[in-house]
Amino acid sequence: MRMRTLTGRTLVALSTTALLASSCSLIGSESDSKEGGDTTVTLVTHESFNLPKDLVTAFEKDTGYRLEISKLEDAGALTNELVLTKDKPVGDVVFGVDNTFATRAIDEGVFAPYAPSLPQGADAYELDGDDDDALTPVDTGNVCVNIDDAWFAAKGVPAPTSLDDLTKPAYKDLFVIPGASTSSPGLAFLLATIAKYGADWSSYWTRLVDNGAKVVKGWSDAYFTDFTFSGGDRPIVVSYDSSPAFTLNKSGDETTTSALLDGCFEQVEYAGVLRGETTNTDGARAVIDWLLSPQVQAALPESMYVFPVATDVELPADWAKFAERPETTEQVAPSEIAKERKAWLEQWTEIVSR
Amino acid sequence: MVSLELQGVSVAFDGAVVVDAVDLSVEDGHVLAVLGPSGCGKSTLLRAVAGLEPLTSGRIGWDGADLAGVPTHRRGFALMFQDGQLFDHLTVARNIGYARRLQGASRAAVRAEVDDLLDLVGLGGYGGRLPRTLSGGERQRVALARSLAARPRLLLLDEPLSALDAGLRGRLAADLRRILTESGTTALLVTHDQDEAFAVADRLAVMREGRIVQEGPTGSVWAHPADADTALFLGYARVLGPRAATALLGRATGPVALRPAAVLAGPERGDGIPATVRSFRPTPDAGRLVVSVDGVGELDAVGVPGWVAEPGQRVAVRVVEHAIAVLPGAAAEPAGSAP
Amino acid sequence: MARRLALGLLAAVPVAVVAVFFVLPVGAMLHRGVWPEGAFDPGAVLDVLRRPRTARVLWFTVWTSSVATALAVLLGLPAAYVVHRLRFPGRALVRTALLVPFVLPTVVVGLAVRELIAASGTLGFLDLDGTPVAILIGLVFFNVAVVIRTVGVAWEGLDRRPAEAAAALGATPVQVLRTVTLPALRPAIVSAASVVFLFCATAFGVVLVLGGVRYSSVETEIYLLTADLLDLPAAAALSLVQMLAVVALLVVVGRLRAVPDPTVRRVAAPPARPRPRDVPALAVTVLTLALVSVPVLTLAVGSVRREGRWSLDFYRALGGSADGLLQVSVTDALAASLRIAVDATWMSLALGLVVAFVVTRRVRTRAGRRARAVLDGFFMLPLGVSAVTLGFGFLIALDQPPLDLRASPLLVPIAQALVALPLVVRTLVPVLAGIDDRQRQAAASLGAGPLRTLLSVDLAVVWRPLLAAAGFAFAVSLGEFGATSFIVRPAEPTLPVVIYRLLGHPGALNYGTAMAASVVLAAVTAGVILVVERLRVPGVGSW
Repeated sequence: MRMRTLTGRTLVALSTTALLASSCSLIGSESDSKEGGDTTVTLVTHESFNLPKDLVTAFEKDTGYRLEISKLEDAGALTNELVLTKDKPVGDVVFGVDNTFATRAIDEGVFAPYAPSLPQGADAYELDGDDDDALTPVDTGNVCVNIDDAWFAAKGVPAPTSLDDLTKPAYKDLFVIPGASTSSPGLAFLLATIAKYGADWSSYWTRLVDNGAKVVKGWSDAYFTDFTFSGGDRPIVVSYDSSPAFTLNKSGDETTTSALLDGCFEQVEYAGVLRGETTNTDGARAVIDWLLSPQVQAALPESMYVFPVATDVELPADWAKFAERPETTEQVAPSEIAKERKAWLEQWTEIVSR
Repeated sequence: MVSLELQGVSVAFDGAVVVDAVDLSVEDGHVLAVLGPSGCGKSTLLRAVAGLEPLTSGRIGWDGADLAGVPTHRRGFALMFQDGQLFDHLTVARNIGYARRLQGASRAAVRAEVDDLLDLVGLGGYGGRLPRTLSGGERQRVALARSLAARPRLLLLDEPLSALDAGLRGRLAADLRRILTESGTTALLVTHDQDEAFAVADRLAVMREGRIVQEGPTGSVWAHPADADTALFLGYARVLGPRAATALLGRATGPVALRPAAVLAGPERGDGIPATVRSFRPTPDAGRLVVSVDGVGELDAVGVPGWVAEPGQRVAVRVVEHAIAVLPGAAAEPAGSAP
Repeated sequence: MARRLALGLLAAVPVAVVAVFFVLPVGAMLHRGVWPEGAFDPGAVLDVLRRPRTARVLWFTVWTSSVATALAVLLGLPAAYVVHRLRFPGRALVRTALLVPFVLPTVVVGLAVRELIAASGTLGFLDLDGTPVAILIGLVFFNVAVVIRTVGVAWEGLDRRPAEAAAALGATPVQVLRTVTLPALRPAIVSAASVVFLFCATAFGVVLVLGGVRYSSVETEIYLLTADLLDLPAAAALSLVQMLAVVALLVVVGRLRAVPDPTVRRVAAPPARPRPRDVPALAVTVLTLALVSVPVLTLAVGSVRREGRWSLDFYRALGGSADGLLQVSVTDALAASLRIAVDATWMSLALGLVVAFVVTRRVRTRAGRRARAVLDGFFMLPLGVSAVTLGFGFLIALDQPPLDLRASPLLVPIAQALVALPLVVRTLVPVLAGIDDRQRQAAASLGAGPLRTLLSVDLAVVWRPLLAAAGFAFAVSLGEFGATSFIVRPAEPTLPVVIYRLLGHPGALNYGTAMAASVVLAAVTAGVILVVERLRVPGVGSW
């Protein structure tokens, strides 16, 4: 008994000491306080943001700013947080607001105007209705249905060639979709169906769900978990037109998947200066200029799997070869998205959670 | 006829022997009290009989049948605790009717029996009350009624009156005796209170340090304690060794135990044994003295009514023969004899 | 008079903290919802409640919580009996194992259950992935510990004599259980069930990871409405519904929570050797143990297997930052978690001690008693309010000087301290209330001043529970995910946040690294709980 209490106490004492020693913090560690005032610029972005380290180092060296990157979840959450915190923004500049969410943030007055000189071809991606130069296009990509051609070839089943095919019994339980309410490619795909089917979009979705389409939370759940290329059991997935450039066969001379070019939705990601009393406006503008620079534009495909808005930048070889882009895409006006998104999403949620 | 029979019963906790080779028997319709100081193992003995403690060795039999392996609820021995242990979430009536409901008696039969039992313990009309609204004495009465309702072959009473105050204890002891006699119940009672044991039991077993040191009819145990410690425990005030006893009584004798009133003291006259007063304390009935007798030592004594003595005063003392008990053997000075 | 004033002042400290860091943020979110555009508009709120989706979400929350509560009670009761009333080798280990899930981070629980039931998992053949059954498994896994703990502690302290009296009156063991033991345990069971229901109904991480898009509880729906749809009136409506339900439940729990009377002497039974009649209870305990340990073991095994071979790759990856996905390495996140947990622990202990001290003082007036009860309930509130609402509330309410704490390193520990506060209070209150007031009176009569009395009577009793509460607060803080995920500084994420982020990008290495990180987190948490168990404080973590 005595032994036991002794060991018990020793254990307690030891662990307490270890704990305090290992992390002797009694009030956080405020290592990165704002000692430099304007020399830090905070970029708020989504979690897919990723650029090579040497580009970040080059930016800091060229401009003298320290770049702090603050990643939030996805484009939707990012936009909503900007709206919620518009009175006192959580950073200086944002990257990653896309054309499905942009109007809401602009309407809420989140951004301060900035009109940088755009690289060649980028003006084609400027946001319709953005008359105050709130947002600057940085990258683009098309959300398209992707097909695992190798899987269909192995099964001896012809691959689907249109959105309509996806509701046919031959493709029952083969389709996986990231949620429209929880991911931006999901919302883009929903908008594509709305553009394509008009008022009938809900009956299309009902047929999709009845045909066993699986709705998961995010694009990465769908692509990396359920898609057959990643070891899942569904050979049809909502992804990007650039995705086939990453699914090469063993010899690397051919891709095993393809984008279904019927019913793609064009996504453009924007950057903008945040409106706030303490915003480091010069730093924010420098970041946007940097994002438009040829070096960053050229790095976008490999780092973030998107196309640069600049057309004078050379694409990686695999992209040029395997990332086939649709000639036409489905269009929904940003103003209409802003007006109807909530109703559409409510209706969509009803359909998929029935 | 012998109903309960214990042979060489021992119980040990983690190697420490608490009950040590106890032999006892209780005859049908009789009440046996096991009397002993706290910690002597008497409650453990009772729990062993109830089947709540496993035996280390020995045998407990009922009507000749070994009870080993018979679980508590099949023994038919109702156990009544010191503080009753009424079920607080049940009314008095449902507490009393508990055992009969388990036995599957009809609702009407249970109600009639409960009413009879409430009358028996003097609590008619209390059926609808909740236990926590009752006084200590009432709770014990309900607990007794609940135990009797089970129609036990043997009633086990664990200090049934100890939690009550003195006056109530006396009255309830008499009631308990009456109720047990009227219902012809065989009972085993354990207590540390000699008055409780004398008032309720037919036979008495004195237990000390896990062993039974004396057993017999209540009056005979009381009159003839087996040894000095037993005598002291039974309420004798002092035990004198053979030499002192011989000097006091004026005849050859073994050790002697004296009750508090065994020595009478009065003003010094011709008769009696001369003694010196050490202290005097008046009480409502008579003075209490401590006196020193030459060749005997200090003794407790009772003064003649109305008489007052001073310390140092010479007095005469007389021994009341029926208030002393001669202990067996001529053993050396017992531990409890020194003043 | 002076004493009452001093008590009031003392109570004001934690009240102020909870007001600023809880009432203010939650109030700000509700304000945005009910007063959109600055005008009072309850119509929008009512409108939300009429949506069929809302009804479905409410119904889903109620039925999954009810079923999970029932299952947790059914599995937990026999296990509580076995680990608190029986004596067998390895009992302490089994107890700890059964307790660990409660403090495991919800994200880890979600991951563990998913690993088990995924198509490739041990139970893959049952095809449970993405079904409500998966959510139920997760909820039961998480909450069975609450039942075992609360009921077990009550069972352990149960006076054995009424049961013995019943047995002596002829009641069989089953009859004793039904007519004596269960009625005596009823307050503990109902209290445990209410708390489990509360935890289930407000579960965030588990439902988020296991529920997918199809199944949404009130809590995840609030998240969806706030973070993805920015439908603040709807979120406010659901938050209000949730809060009302929580307050109602807390009132019930408060009524049933019996503080043991210190003046009553109890004879508790020592743990007994298992007998043949204990076989059913033992069987259920083994089942519960399996339910609790299999997902964790699956996780542990998964973390050391890569492409069908044994490998420590995932553990090596802990030093890295998952190809730039994270801004820090996983080990840095663990260090940050530990640092934050230390701060959250002392904060919750300081607050909890004051609260426990204030609510256990003898109060003579009826109004005083009522005030004390309200105060007691007030500090339980963080238990049941949506972490999402709280998290976003922090963002919008704490952005003005002097409360511009959004970027402060203190915010996360404060939020976690609030989450741990009810647990700390619940651990300390029974102990302090269990001190017979006559002990203090005796000390005072022997010449001890108020401070001296506090030191010699209260502190002497409370130091072990205090250490135990510290362990629990530390573990809770380590695992907290809901509120933390909203306010954590991106440059200093905690381990659960990192795990969740890794899970959001399930490349094989990311997934494996998440598993390895979860195993590390679970091991640290289990170690802390083991130490708490060694303290042998009766009643720790019971409600």
